[in-house]
Amino acid sequence: MTTTASQTAGPYWHIIDHPEWADLRRGENAAMAGTSITLTGQITDGDGTPCGDAMVEIWQAGPDGAYEAGFHGFGRCASDDQGRFRFTTLKPGPVPGPGNSLQAPHITLAVFARGLMNHVTTRAYFAAEPLNEADPILALVPEARRPTMLARETAPGVWTLDIRLQGADETVFLDI
Amino acid sequence: MTEFPRPAPGTWPPMNSPAYGSTRKRHALHPPIAIPHTLSETSAPRFTPSAYPAYADMSVHEGQAAMGERIIVGGRVLDEDGRPVRGAMLEIWQANAAGRYHHMRDQHDAPLDPHFAGSARVFSDDEGHWQITTIKPGAYPWGNHAKAWRPVHIHFGLHGQGFAQRMITQMYFPGDPLLPLDPVFMATPDAAARERLIAKFDLDYAVENWALGYRFDIVLRGRNATPMEDHK
Ligand SMILES: [Fe+3]
Repeated sequence: MTTTASQTAGPYWHIIDHPEWADLRRGENAAMAGTSITLTGQITDGDGTPCGDAMVEIWQAGPDGAYEAGFHGFGRCASDDQGRFRFTTLKPGPVPGPGNSLQAPHITLAVFARGLMNHVTTRAYFAAEPLNEADPILALVPEARRPTMLARETAPGVWTLDIRLQGADETVFLDI
Repeated sequence: MTEFPRPAPGTWPPMNSPAYGSTRKRHALHPPIAIPHTLSETSAPRFTPSAYPAYADMSVHEGQAAMGERIIVGGRVLDEDGRPVRGAMLEIWQANAAGRYHHMRDQHDAPLDPHFAGSARVFSDDEGHWQITTIKPGAYPWGNHAKAWRPVHIHFGLHGQGFAQRMITQMYFPGDPLLPLDPVFMATPDAAARERLIAKFDLDYAVENWALGYRFDIVLRGRNATPMEDHK
C-alpha cells in the first residue's frame, strides 16, 4: 500500500489548537524533576516576513533521556503575529543513537503552515553542550549550516532557535 | 523495529508547488538532510484518553444540532503493509455547511453556525477503525487566483506510532467539480495518489433515516518489519 499524501494544514488549523499544550510542565509532568527551560524562536519566510499562522510541534525525551515513559514530551504552539513560538519544558537528557552512539540532548520540531505541503522537521540542540561534538545526526549536517540547529541561551533558561523557511541562513530541515 | 520508508516519488505534493502561491516563499531551497531513524523518530507521544478525551460528534454543539447535511465519515488507519495502526490520534477540523470556519481570521462572507464548532478528536481501535459524525462542509473562496474556491474538504491530522509517521492531510468528496481546478489537490503528481485523498461514498457507514456515510482509509508511512516485536 502507498502512503496517503500529505496536505497543507492551511491557515485555519487553530480550530484544533489548545494553547496550554505549549507548556510541557502541565499535568503529570508538573511533578517531574529537571531543569526548566523555555524554547522560543521566530519563524520567517524567504522575504524575512514573520509567519504568523504556523503550528509548531515538539517531541522530546525527558530529563532522563527516555521517550514515552514518564515525561510526556509532546507540545504544540501557534506562532503569533511576529512569527514567534514559545514552549516551556524540561531540558531533555541525552538519547541513545544508532549503534552504541549517544545523541546530544535535543528537541525535535515540526512546523506546519499554510504553504507547507508537508511539515518541515528540524532539531533544536543546545549550544555549547559538549555532547554536540559527537552527535551522530549533527555530524551529517555540513558544519557551516549546523548553527541553524543550535539553540542559543539568550537569557538564563531561555533558549532561542529561529526558523528560516527559505533563503539565506535557511534552517537545516531533516528528511526523517 | 518499525520502519518508515520515504513516500514513493510523485505520491506526495512537492514543497515547491508554484500554482499554490503560499508555497513560493515558504519552501526550503536546500534539500532536506536524510538521517537514520533514531528513537527520536521511531517513538511517539502517547495520548491518554484522560488527557486527550475523544469527541466524535461535530453535528451537535452545546446540545443543538448544526445546520446542513449530517454525515458519518469513517475508515481505517493502516501502515504500508496494510496492518492496522492502533491507537492513532486523529485531529479533525473543517468549515461549516456554508463554507465558513469558526475562526477569527476567516473573513468569508458566509454565515457562522452557533451550533457548529468544527473539530473532532478520535482514536483508531485495534483494527484501525475510527468514525466521526459531522456536517458536510461547504466550498469556500481563498483568493489564490481568480475565482479560486477550495473543493469541499475535511482536514485530518494523524499521530501514529512514531514521530516519523506524523502527518496532516485533507479528505475530499467524490464528484466535486472543483477538484481538477484546485492547486492544493492537483499538486500531487500521481493521479492514483490524488484519488486516494477522495473519500468513497459508502452506505455501510450510513444510518437509516439519519445520515449518509463516507469511507476514508488513511495509510501512514511505515511497515512492520518484524511484526512480533514492539518498536521499543
Ligand atoms: Fe480548509
